[in-house]
Amino acid sequence: MVDFKYSVMIILISAIATFFTRVFPFAVFGRRQPSKTVLYVGKNLPSAVIAILVVYCICGGGMDMHTLLPKVIAGVCVVALHVWKRNNLLSIGLGTVIYMALVQLVFV
Amino acid sequence: MRKELRFAFIRTIPVMLGYIFMGMAFGLLFQNAGYNFIWSFFTAVLVYAGSGQFLLVDMLQKHTGAAAALILMLSVQCRHMFYGLTFIEDFKKMGKAYPYMIHSLTDETYSLLWGTVIPEGLDLKRTRLMIAVLDHSYWIAGCTLGALLGSLITFNVTGVDYAMTALFIVIFTEQWLGNKNHTPALIGAAAGVLFIVLLGGDKFLLPALAVSVGGLLINQKLDERKEKTENG
Repeated sequence: MVDFKYSVMIILISAIATFFTRVFPFAVFGRRQPSKTVLYVGKNLPSAVIAILVVYCICGGGMDMHTLLPKVIAGVCVVALHVWKRNNLLSIGLGTVIYMALVQLVFV
Repeated sequence: MRKELRFAFIRTIPVMLGYIFMGMAFGLLFQNAGYNFIWSFFTAVLVYAGSGQFLLVDMLQKHTGAAAALILMLSVQCRHMFYGLTFIEDFKKMGKAYPYMIHSLTDETYSLLWGTVIPEGLDLKRTRLMIAVLDHSYWIAGCTLGALLGSLITFNVTGVDYAMTALFIVIFTEQWLGNKNHTPALIGAAAGVLFIVLLGGDKFLLPALAVSVGGLLINQKLDERKEKTENG
């Protein structure tokens, strides 16, 4: 049975904790003109974050060849397609289809 | 309004694929833990976080106490503390939508907002808000649908969540091609690989981010010094 009060409490705690982490930089740096350093980090951080997220998506599910290989193969296809055509939806759509085919048919 | 919505919709299609299916996985899990679609709906609206919500299900099942729940959730969500740095000035201009933009700043929305060049002729603020709202609605739809009819899906959707991996790869490629300065991307990649090998997938994000910020700070100092010697 679901404990209603307890569940609401834990969900609210989760919501508040999550919002806290999101609002933190705005609360700390948002009121005054941010310093040059903060602006520099804010401007250059996304490139680093995206790289980290790519590493996470490729390697986060396990590092054995069987899990890794289809992700890497599909990933190489996405990059190649994107350099060639520069079309977001084409690169993402075809890359996803290639990955689905690989995990459902080849790396079963 | 139409133009902005259309543009935002096309841009958010990969997130739609990822969020609907990942959300459904959550809804199904939540349903099996005894929480119906109403719980799923409100959780998706209020918490709005992938890994955070999966942790939430786990905590509810283990009957984790309030203090422990708070600490666990903070540690999983810590990475968000870095994301806002990029949008401090931009979000301030969002007016009434300011708090909502902060609440809806997920990994994917962060990447999209940063990686999307909004064409002239479109209202910048409105387009950004649309991207944030659409992403959130996909997540809410996915979580709710998963609880309602997740068990009815019979065709094989294994691997469809790769759409989000592909989205990150595309944004990475795009910024690499459009940017002469590859140092930040290389810092992130190096820190990411190093820590995922050292710590594994569930613990590496935070140290990798922290080291990247450190790396960027050092890089900034080096740049400044170079400028000084060049000018002096």
